[in-house]
Amino acid sequence: MTTLGSRRHWTGFAIGLVWFFFILWPLMGIKPGGLEFIPALLVWARIAAAALFIFVLWLLRQQGALGFLERPAARLGAAVSGAARVVPRTAWIAAVLAASMTLPLFAERYALDVAINVLVYVCLGLGLNVVVGMAGLLDLGYIAFYGVGAYTYALLSVHFGLSFWLCLPLAAGLAAVAGCIIGYPTLRMRGDYLAIVTLGFGEIVRIVLNNWMSLTNGPNGILGIKPPTLPWLQDGLWGVLELRALGGLYYVILGLAAFTVLAVYRLNHSRIGRAFEAVREDETAAQLMGVNTFAIKLLAYAMGAIFGGLAGAFFAARMRFVSPESFTFMESAMVLAMVVLGGMGSIPGVILGALALIALPEVFRGFELYRMLVFGGVMAVMMIINPRGLWPAKRVGQRSEERGHG
Amino acid sequence: MSEPILELRGVCAGYGNIQALREVSLKVLPGEIVTIIGANGAGKSTTLMTICNIVRATAGEVLYQGRPITGLSADRLPAMGLCQVPEGRRIFPRLTVQENLEMGAFLRKDAARKAFDLDKVFNLFPVLKERRKQPGGTLSGGEQQMLAVGRALMTRPRLLLLDEPSLGLAPLIVAQIFSIIRTINQEDDVTVLLVEQNANLALQTASRGYVLETGSVVLEDSSANLLANPDIRKAYLGE
Ligand SMILES: Nc1ncnc2c1ncn2[C@@H]1O[C@H](COP(=O)(O)OP(=O)(O)OP(=O)(O)O)[C@@H](O)[C@H]1O
Ligand SMILES: [Mg+2]
Repeated sequence: MTTLGSRRHWTGFAIGLVWFFFILWPLMGIKPGGLEFIPALLVWARIAAAALFIFVLWLLRQQGALGFLERPAARLGAAVSGAARVVPRTAWIAAVLAASMTLPLFAERYALDVAINVLVYVCLGLGLNVVVGMAGLLDLGYIAFYGVGAYTYALLSVHFGLSFWLCLPLAAGLAAVAGCIIGYPTLRMRGDYLAIVTLGFGEIVRIVLNNWMSLTNGPNGILGIKPPTLPWLQDGLWGVLELRALGGLYYVILGLAAFTVLAVYRLNHSRIGRAFEAVREDETAAQLMGVNTFAIKLLAYAMGAIFGGLAGAFFAARMRFVSPESFTFMESAMVLAMVVLGGMGSIPGVILGALALIALPEVFRGFELYRMLVFGGVMAVMMIINPRGLWPAKRVGQRSEERGHG
Repeated sequence: MSEPILELRGVCAGYGNIQALREVSLKVLPGEIVTIIGANGAGKSTTLMTICNIVRATAGEVLYQGRPITGLSADRLPAMGLCQVPEGRRIFPRLTVQENLEMGAFLRKDAARKAFDLDKVFNLFPVLKERRKQPGGTLSGGEQQMLAVGRALMTRPRLLLLDEPSLGLAPLIVAQIFSIIRTINQEDDVTVLLVEQNANLALQTASRGYVLETGSVVLEDSSANLLANPDIRKAYLGE
């Protein structure tokens, strides 16, 4: 083992470590008393040691020195994935479904809470995926539709005592209308401009909710929203399933998420879904093929908004309280991160993205202080390693230089 | 003489302050192949884009089958049998070849005839059939041009606007594409308005030609006469 790796590799590695120290130092070292050096250095030394170990392993692997370990591992991997492919896709879906159906039977309250959260974000992520992933319209104000859905149910429940099930389609409908209203002025915009305008609209919705005291009770929010109920299951034999309980809520959102997955899947394979994609790829060419790009983009906004509205209505019913604070730009960014991290345009990708972004911070709770730092780091590394996402959509391999722009 | 399938009457168009077309008038008769030749920036592509109303005409009129289509939204035209293969192919790179072709038939409801037309396109361009599951963006330049033409044929056009189908292609592929243009013109009765840099080839394919210079039609004649015209030979045929 005379030369392990080239000089270029080692220089790159050293520069990376030094760079990392200067990132870490201000993050950890700034204390009320001034800039401290030692704690940052200690943490850095530990990370550097770990990085060195991984780097050496990687170099060994590059040289083929780890062949004695890798070959059996590869064989094992091939055997496992071969066996996995024998099982039909429907079986996988059935397994996932069965696991999620039975979750409340053995999960504790906390885990169930996290699971409900994940499912809410699955709905949101898939809805945004229609707009961003399929139609290619960057929307930074998506959470507004979630807010519209939530306030629709909140207001109708508190003032008119309407049932959750009745309000669900109403919330979806109103969100779709909001989608069209927000979408309409942005139809001629692309890229950066679209991002800014949608960002603005998202904030407008939040500010209106915050300031329209007579309707929304402003920053104090709305209290006393009724949870979903099924009258004929209220008591007696089916008491176990009573929806007031967390388990019941879980099944409601599981149903909504399943509906969303199914709807988005159908959309993906429909003529309209194809038109969304064509508009994303080349708007002028789509128009020349007879696609009414105006209507198609509005439809994309409306469809995306519907799923946001459904999730919002559920959110209000679950929390039994809504306030504008839940619909900040941070939330829009979070949902967008799920879509991008998971893989734009891919249904399993978005589900994985939601799982990763909601469940991972919970896992990192042990790190407490640096939880969000670790989380951000993991996300950045993930996107560098695999920019197309955790589970990329099937369509790949475009030759970007061949794309016509006119 | 029959009524023209396409007629431009004094069409002006531009981009902001730049006037790209000045009173362009031209006629295309049913069944013809007509070409527009001209230097870079003469306004050839703008002419085609103005016909489809992607670029707005500031003055003048575009008539298709005797009907004014000047203000009509571009997406209404394929259903009327007018389709354009835009410059630079502009296929949908992440849709598969087959999906690209299906996008051409986006507005059509006649499933049986759609399948028939798809077969026909695959017969014209066998390579597309081989590649039909592959994303359009992974095709070679020539294959992408075939895909762009095939996609337009899926709309069942009566009038096909072609913008520089030879752009960046090897001579053999160019010859192949031009022979297919002649085939669809003769066998399927598709009228063709062809924009080309390659004036020689264009004039050999077309029966008539218009010469465009800085946004104006400066000459209009039969292909034979244009090919014999010493000025044209000097300016566009490289002599
Ligand atoms: N989007 C645009 N914005 C501003 N000016 C444009 C635009 N497109 C074209 N032009 C200008 O309009 C004029 C005509 O352009 P056009 O694309 O029609 O030329 P062309 O004859 O097709 O040229 P080529 O053979 O190079 O394709 C040019 O001067 C060009 O610079
Ligand atoms: Mg051009």
